[in-house]
Amino acid sequence: MAEINRDDVAHLARLAHIDMTDEELDRMAGELAVIVDSIKTVSEVAGDDVPATSHPIPLSNVFREDVVGETLSNEEALLGAPDNADGRFKVPAILDGE
Amino acid sequence: MTAGTDEVLSFDEAIEKYDPVLGFEVHVELNTRTKMFSSAPNAFGDVPNTNVTPVDLGLPGVLPVVNGVAVESAIKIGLALNCSIAEKCYFARKNYFYPDTPKNFQTSQFEDPIAYDGHIDIELADGTVFRVEIERAHMEEDAGKLTHMGGSTGRIQGAEFSLVDYNRAGVPLIEIVTKPIEGAGARAPELAKAYVAAIREIVKNLGVSDARMERGNVRCDANVSLRPYGQEKFGTRTETKNVNSLRAVEHAVRYEIQRHAAVLDTGTPILQETRHWHEDTRSTTSGRPKSDADDYRYFPEPDLVPVVTNEAWIEKLRAELPEPPAERRKRLQADWGYSDAEFRDVVNAGVMSSIEDTVAAGVSAAVARKWWMGEISRRAKLADVEPAELGVTPELIVELNALIESGKINDKLSRDVLDGVLAGEGTPAEVVEKRGLAVVSDDGPLLEAIDGALAAQPDVADKIRGGKVQAVGAIVGGVMKATRGQADAGRVRELILQRLGVEG
Repeated sequence: MAEINRDDVAHLARLAHIDMTDEELDRMAGELAVIVDSIKTVSEVAGDDVPATSHPIPLSNVFREDVVGETLSNEEALLGAPDNADGRFKVPAILDGE
Repeated sequence: MTAGTDEVLSFDEAIEKYDPVLGFEVHVELNTRTKMFSSAPNAFGDVPNTNVTPVDLGLPGVLPVVNGVAVESAIKIGLALNCSIAEKCYFARKNYFYPDTPKNFQTSQFEDPIAYDGHIDIELADGTVFRVEIERAHMEEDAGKLTHMGGSTGRIQGAEFSLVDYNRAGVPLIEIVTKPIEGAGARAPELAKAYVAAIREIVKNLGVSDARMERGNVRCDANVSLRPYGQEKFGTRTETKNVNSLRAVEHAVRYEIQRHAAVLDTGTPILQETRHWHEDTRSTTSGRPKSDADDYRYFPEPDLVPVVTNEAWIEKLRAELPEPPAERRKRLQADWGYSDAEFRDVVNAGVMSSIEDTVAAGVSAAVARKWWMGEISRRAKLADVEPAELGVTPELIVELNALIESGKINDKLSRDVLDGVLAGEGTPAEVVEKRGLAVVSDDGPLLEAIDGALAAQPDVADKIRGGKVQAVGAIVGGVMKATRGQADAGRVRELILQRLGVEG
């Protein structure tokens, strides 16, 4: 029972900015379907009384004091950038992404 | 800059035909010392890309840690907006690709905001109170700042590349979202402005944000839709992004109402999209299409554990809240006995706190108002600064007032004394001494000046003798001129009438 079809994969690929060929889409749809079906077996064990859990470790409220710590220098910050100018990261102009 | 070329209907006609529904997303930057998830400084105007840590740059293997003060600020904002505070809430990743976030996601909250279901009562200029329901207030982080280079206009259209400064990336943000606001009618633009002003005032009063709109501490996205009167279903909305001054919020809402109405009148549906506001043309232009199903693939942030609140914590924070601005205004107006109009002027002039301090320093509310709304406001206007920025202290006003009440100086001279004090010539008493500004109270020199003024205007003198007492003003004026304002006008009047043998 495939929960993921080829259109879903194409949609996700587009959102993730990943170019995929038709062949890759077909293959990935099949592979992901197997994974999703496998994971579905979990819900056969977990009944309605088990809430969806994103954080399995019973830990909460891990906070930091509001105290300034060490920062990178401008040079360090830009070190891994493919390009920079004027102390800033230089990127291709992208039309209104957000 | 792009001029809006869209057709618009007149505002009156638009409102006559259509019922506007508003909605706001206001982003408030907190003034914590450090960022939301890293210990980099939260500071404005520093050298680009220096207030950054590996966390802010989204480098591999980093672990964000929540700023505890930012969480408390978020709860305080929630309480001030009469919200419920979540017992347990999570952070979530909002995924999108744009260079303003180096991580390719913004850490935000999705299904379970820290605060939800609140309201604030907005007071309009004429005193009408309008309740705005708050849907939620959630914690997130600001994005980096992009500067588009090349191209002719500095705007993104035609830009060749962009430069990114991540100093702002990760600055704590609280996003406050209203429920749809219905029933504002023709007052929608005014309400829009008043709402954002109220949010700004609340967060400033809480001390959790610097709330400077010109620095982007408070930013507003304004949603507008129109529907025929009587229709329950909302019309299609547009979201005008980053309207960042109070005046612009009012104008943007007004413009969008007019534009929507013109579109709807042609029978065309409104395109659901973001709009960009242009201050120079006071119009909006099309941004990008926006659907309610924008797919950000939110999922719980695995690197951050949940925030769990309890009653004791919330009540401790509630106890720390300052008096709400609206209640404070009510209390002060009652204490001071100002009329509604007088009080509104005081608030609009931005001198309410100054008057409060001045009254506390020991003068009557009437005297404090006279100074702050009169001479000090006048000087502030001339200097193009806020009245409170002139350096006039409550103590100075108390001293000046004491000199006036003792009869040593009059109102007019007090301005010269103020000049002297602000010029650094010493205390008011010292300035009176040094500049020789004391009121001439000895009748001798006054009588001399009166005789001179009567001789200079014999026809006026005759009129007064003939019973036209109101003509005395001309002689008083002459005497005040001769004494360079250093006479007590009331006393001068008495003496003139005595001199001429006329009953006052």
